[in-house]
Amino acid sequence: MSETIDHEARFASAMRTDTPPAIVLQDVNKWFGALHVLRDINLTVSTGERVVVCGPSGSGKSTMIRCINRLEQHQQGKIMVDGIELSDDLRSLDAIRREVGMVFQSFNLFPHLTILENCTLAPIWVRRMPKKEAEELAMEYLTRVRIPEQAKKYPGQLSGGQQQRVAIARALCMKPKIMLFDEPTSALDPEMIKEVLDTMVMLAETGMTMICVTHEMGFARQVADRVVFMDRGEIVESGEPEALFSDPKTDRLRLFLSQILRGH
Amino acid sequence: MSDVTLNAATANAEAAPRTAPVATTGAAAWLRANLFSSWINTAVTLALGYLVVRWTMGFIDWAFVNAIWTVPMNGNVPDTAACREIRGTGACWAVIEEKHRFILFGTYPYEEHWRPLLVCALFIGLYIVSAMRRFWNWVLVPIWIVTLTVIGVLMWGGVLGLSYVPQERWGGLPITLILSTFGLAFAFPLAILVALGRRSRLPAIKMLCVLYVELVRGVPLISLLFMASVMFPLFLPEGMNIDKLLRAQVAITLFAGAYLAEVVRAGLQTLPRGQYEAAEALGLSYWQKTGFIILPQALRLVIPPLVNTFIGFFKDTSLVLIIGIFDLLTAGKTAIVEPAWQGFGVEVYVFVGAIYLVFCFAMSKYSQDLERDLNQHRRR
Ligand SMILES: Nc1ncnc2c1ncn2[C@@H]1O[C@H](COP(=O)(O)OP(=O)(O)O)[C@@H](O)[C@H]1O
Ligand SMILES: [Mg+2]
Repeated sequence: MSETIDHEARFASAMRTDTPPAIVLQDVNKWFGALHVLRDINLTVSTGERVVVCGPSGSGKSTMIRCINRLEQHQQGKIMVDGIELSDDLRSLDAIRREVGMVFQSFNLFPHLTILENCTLAPIWVRRMPKKEAEELAMEYLTRVRIPEQAKKYPGQLSGGQQQRVAIARALCMKPKIMLFDEPTSALDPEMIKEVLDTMVMLAETGMTMICVTHEMGFARQVADRVVFMDRGEIVESGEPEALFSDPKTDRLRLFLSQILRGH
Repeated sequence: MSDVTLNAATANAEAAPRTAPVATTGAAAWLRANLFSSWINTAVTLALGYLVVRWTMGFIDWAFVNAIWTVPMNGNVPDTAACREIRGTGACWAVIEEKHRFILFGTYPYEEHWRPLLVCALFIGLYIVSAMRRFWNWVLVPIWIVTLTVIGVLMWGGVLGLSYVPQERWGGLPITLILSTFGLAFAFPLAILVALGRRSRLPAIKMLCVLYVELVRGVPLISLLFMASVMFPLFLPEGMNIDKLLRAQVAITLFAGAYLAEVVRAGLQTLPRGQYEAAEALGLSYWQKTGFIILPQALRLVIPPLVNTFIGFFKDTSLVLIIGIFDLLTAGKTAIVEPAWQGFGVEVYVFVGAIYLVFCFAMSKYSQDLERDLNQHRRR
């Protein structure tokens, strides 16, 4: 199983030989107590590649992408981000967190800060950007996610969709090379899902390297270079979205797709 | 299916417009609903109302109508015969008139009383400035340092032509303000560190913080004060002596720190994990995350219990009387030791109580305003 994936990963990166891979996971294993949540995960994401991760709830999707910016620690294997290996070394951790932006299912905006302050805090304190410059940058990204007029409000005054777009802008203000999305639309009312997906499509068009956990098949078809299907801590199948969805090779994926389609 | 019922409901409402319900607000409606809703309720209301009115009238009679405000002097001794005659029916405020300077400033040299008076004014000014959010930045640090230095100079003297007043002679309100201001000013940062330490991943730090909180909390303040004043000097080398007030101050600070730490920890625990994760994912360091994201939110949430603890400690400073330090309450007690004024405790305690009340009420009112202002982002 892992051989076919390795092959595909090599194939994908061979397509873009000009740059080294943005993310490499090599035989990554992780346990929560006795629970084996990640089993021999192998995944290579090239620079500029857009990967969608799907799979049933509890299959380890969140855990996997949280290992990439070390919100969780893996116990075996090797993770390389932007050429830096993740280790206990704090300096490498700082470097990686600066390069990797993350968007959460529950937005996690800072409720006591205004939208603008949410966006400028990290650039000012982590990137040491002058305040004025950080504010200009923040306004630029808020304009890009189409909510510049909300800059002085607090997160609690915004709708869910608006909050998630602010969260995307906040991550972008750090000028990351890689963006991680953990089910960014799952907590949203249906009418707000589109505005967030549109923002993500727009981001994909800028050539950002993205790993996105989502069950939005339309989004996967539209922007993903590759879809990775996870189940019970393993990467079961991966491939181009069209091929994967129309011709699942495993029963597990077939079952999952039928459930997803029924749900929608 | 549901569409049909919905439509039916609208049609019905259109067919028969209903009249507005009877108003249930306004004073009369409130009285009827809360005080006179049944005959038993009415009886209780009337009985309690009668008691309140009687008691208030009795208090007004005692405190104002029948009160004696001054007594004649019999040489050097006040003649309190008139006061003794009306004991029980009227207050003898003459005791306050006569003794208020002793109650406020203790045994501080009489002709130098302007110094502790100025100190109290400085403390109050310091509180007011610190309470204004306009000054919530680095400006506060020099303001505090300068004010506290001036306060020290005023109390001790010995420089600038001020006569030296040893600490044993300080007393009254300045002692209470010194103990509570320094106590809380040091205990609060200590409490934050301990609360953070209790959640630390390093087992040694965590253990140390748990040990401190549990040990200090498990002991009454009185025994801590005793230890500070009696036991602690035994372990010091011969000839070395640490000021008694300072020892009491340290004991109070440690005690307040342990309680405040638990309040702060409660605030830390209410924050969702996502706040920590978002801050970490943005690359903020531990102290940046703590200072910008975690503490501002956690402390806002615990303003009421924090102020509750502050008020408790303001009053608990009166326990220093057991190690012979003259705070406001002790000075009040001592004022009525004199034979002429014996038996006029109620008046003195009302006076002292009123001073405590002013400070505590101000704290409480301020905390309500602060809570409302700082939690504005929660309102939509
Ligand atoms: N912090 C944790 N402690 C213990 N178990 C966890 C923790 N986080 C996740 N898990 C468990 O790990 C498994 C994978 O979780 P997760 O990665 O969140 O799955 P997914 O995102 O695919 O729904 C689940 O069974 C979950 O209960
Ligand atoms: Mg998840």
